Amino acid sequence: MKKFINKPENLEIETARGMALAKPNILRQLPGCNIMVRQNKKTDRVALVFGCGSGHEPAPNGYVGYGMLDAGIPGKLFSSPTPDMLLKGIKEVQTEAGVLCIIVNYTGDVLNFRMAMEMAQMENIAVESVIIADDVATQKTKSVGRRGLAGVALVMKIAGAEAEMGSDLYRVKEVAEWAASGLRTIGVACRPCIIPSDGEPSFELGETEMEIGMGLHGEPGVLRCDMMSAKDTVHQMLELILLDCNYENSEVVVLINGLGGTPPMELYVINQCIHDYLAEHGIKIYDTMIGNFMTSLEMGGFSISLMRLDPHLKALYDAAAVTSVIRR
Amino acid sequence: MTGKEFMLAAFEAISHNIIEHEEYLNHLDNAIGDGDHGTNMARFSHIILKDLPEFSADHDDLGEIMHHVGMCCITEIGGSAGPLFGKFFLQASLSNKNNTFMEAANWVLAFEEGTMGVSQIGQSTEGEKTMLDALFPASRAMQETLEEGKSLPEIFLAGAEAAEKGVEFTKTIQASKGRAAYIGQRSIGHQDPGATTVMLMLQSMHKTAVDMHVE
Repeated sequence: MKKFINKPENLEIETARGMALAKPNILRQLPGCNIMVRQNKKTDRVALVFGCGSGHEPAPNGYVGYGMLDAGIPGKLFSSPTPDMLLKGIKEVQTEAGVLCIIVNYTGDVLNFRMAMEMAQMENIAVESVIIADDVATQKTKSVGRRGLAGVALVMKIAGAEAEMGSDLYRVKEVAEWAASGLRTIGVACRPCIIPSDGEPSFELGETEMEIGMGLHGEPGVLRCDMMSAKDTVHQMLELILLDCNYENSEVVVLINGLGGTPPMELYVINQCIHDYLAEHGIKIYDTMIGNFMTSLEMGGFSISLMRLDPHLKALYDAAAVTSVIRR
Repeated sequence: MTGKEFMLAAFEAISHNIIEHEEYLNHLDNAIGDGDHGTNMARFSHIILKDLPEFSADHDDLGEIMHHVGMCCITEIGGSAGPLFGKFFLQASLSNKNNTFMEAANWVLAFEEGTMGVSQIGQSTEGEKTMLDALFPASRAMQETLEEGKSLPEIFLAGAEAAEKGVEFTKTIQASKGRAAYIGQRSIGHQDPGATTVMLMLQSMHKTAVDMHVE
């Protein structure tokens, strides 16, 4: 294992500190933990909280700041933050307008948030949640629902902008759910990441293989096959998205998310394949975000998210934001 | 009737039992989950062994001790098991607030309320290949034995045996909750690690009750 780290057990806290030191005008790290809040605390508007495992940087803390999150709460590597940590973050940023928790649909994340929300309600904090389940590689019909993937970054942008407008908790939740209803994501992986604590790969994949639909932690996907060209890979992936959701004649924002081990160069190659394919299918692209938005350490691969826009969502997408990752 | 001494001995026995089965629980979890259930439960158990005697030195309220164990689950276990076992003990603690002694009926009620708490937070019930497949049958068996007027060791034994049957049952069904749900039919044939932990806990409760000759 070759990694530029110090002690594996300090990874999470050192990551948070590094991020806070880079943007002192935006971020404030709570002492002794890796929870990040805004430097300028919101007073009267709905506060947004997001948490997920560490290892998915820049999520969650890269999205803390004006126009997006009020608190980012990372857990240990690839595991959900615990209810006590979530409650600590919720209490730190709560306002009279209430708190909206954004949750990616993994069983652990959902349970930990549910417990934290119950504890917050016992302390008379108004708290609601929206669960993001955008992965078309998993079945909608399962009682657990679909997994959540990088599309959550777009929902944070939308919900954050709606909250800055002064909308009430139920309106912010409703808009977030509306945005999520037109959001679909599909991932692909070609190389596992190496877990720093034991130096082992997070999953096994043959030297010439790739897997479409794999989850953020190497959960099984829908198709394991030999490596394909960028064009063929994109076609396979977009076909799965378009089979699931009809975007014809819609205007969409495209989010191309690198998983940590795919160079920007390849992401740009992928982008032009996506643009060609969507043009052929009568789908208009309003804007494209390309980069590492929700990674899995150095995993090779990427995901494509499409989110349908209407005039209101478009205005929210374009609204001001000042975070480490997204600035408008 | 049992007091603080029994409760501490029981949690100590549970912790040792889980630590002994760390690798076994990881192995079970590896087949259908992410393979860390044993590690997570063992981390919690080590903390209980170290911390619970200290905490209980100046706490006699059994509800408070159970509540403390629940909070320890929440902060230390992580994953899905953390909030689930946490909810179990927090909910079980409620009806024993201000109790310095617990009768058999108190234990049976606490177990039932804990089970309902897990069902509520997990939005799940029996037959979904989760810890509830051990909790619900154990709770019913304990209730029945209590009504028959049996002693506490017999009540825990009935609970442990029902939990064991529940664990066997989880081998035959497909998961519809938790990470295992995504592998669908491939989950059949594997036993649920969470249900197994519940069984280990009840076996330790039984053994402690026998060893300490409680009634």
